[in-house]
Amino acid sequence: MSSLKLKTTILDRSISKGKNEVSLNGFALLFSEIVQYCQNRVSTVPELQAKLSEFGQQVGIRMLDLLIVREKNGKREIKLLQILIFIKSTVWKSLFGKEADKLEHANDDDHTYYLIEKESLVNRFISVPKDKGNLNCAAFSAGIIEGILNTSNFPAKVTAHWHKGTTYMIKFDESVIVRDKQLEGR
Amino acid sequence: MARPGARVADSKKINSELFTLTYGALVSQLLKDYENAEDVNRQLDRMGYNIGVRIIEDFLARTSTARCTDMRDTAEKIQSAFKMYLGVNPTVTSWSPASDEFSLLFDQNPMTEFVELPDSCLSLKYCNLFCGIIRGACEMVQLEVTSWFVQDSLKGDPTTELRVKFVKKLEDAMPAGED
Repeated sequence: MSSLKLKTTILDRSISKGKNEVSLNGFALLFSEIVQYCQNRVSTVPELQAKLSEFGQQVGIRMLDLLIVREKNGKREIKLLQILIFIKSTVWKSLFGKEADKLEHANDDDHTYYLIEKESLVNRFISVPKDKGNLNCAAFSAGIIEGILNTSNFPAKVTAHWHKGTTYMIKFDESVIVRDKQLEGR
Repeated sequence: MARPGARVADSKKINSELFTLTYGALVSQLLKDYENAEDVNRQLDRMGYNIGVRIIEDFLARTSTARCTDMRDTAEKIQSAFKMYLGVNPTVTSWSPASDEFSLLFDQNPMTEFVELPDSCLSLKYCNLFCGIIRGACEMVQLEVTSWFVQDSLKGDPTTELRVKFVKKLEDAMPAGED
């Protein structure tokens, strides 16, 4: 250690209970700055969404650790459906104050799941300009999902789309589906 | 859309962890993009300024607060804004003899909840966003102030201290870029 002052580290404190609240407006303004910052560094909508997703992944990775310790007693989900339900309920409730509205399985593709949210909190104060019609800033939340899934060893790609509000399309890697089939019945 | 009887628009709150982690993701991304803590501090200050010029509208609309008569008044308003937006109550203290300069002491700060600074980031001012917000918000009510961090508990100081200094009253409030 270079400094002589004693730092209290994060491990010296007890884990936060997650009951503190801040103003939604403050968050909205911060998020707006993030969107602008990303926008200044990219030229297309898909790139912008990818950037926002990266931010979300950082949040997701950390939130996963926190929730596993605080809500799950250190136990991690290993089954596909369980982790999706964990995201839909536990994660969404802690981050956004309510569960996501729906979880659906694609009819024609067993790799694909949809998490549907009528009104995404991050989109509350965002109006999308006409020339960027398909931009959905909930790419940030999609990143949160992707961060959680990838860190839990469920490699997947998650994207946000305007459909019934916001639909997150979760496409799992082949290996995840194969593994989950093996676990079936155990 | 709003359900009658549901929470009123005024008390819209969100979990502070979402805020904390999102801000953390921003700072770490800035560190990757700029590689120089001084530039990151400047960028955070600029973003804060943008937030400040907009958040003051929200603050005035919701508190219907009157014009401040002196800096002590202003300090009190800033303190209440922190309470309103971040749920913290910084202490106003260490007034200069001329009453134009004061400190805000933060004994808790949701922004730094999960934060540890590595030794390589000692010149980073993690919460520099605050300085920008205060500067931006005050400018919109014709007050030019500067603010800076004196102590930072992330760097081992006993507390986090933000100093605010009155510079001058802005007489003609011209919108930026229209001189």
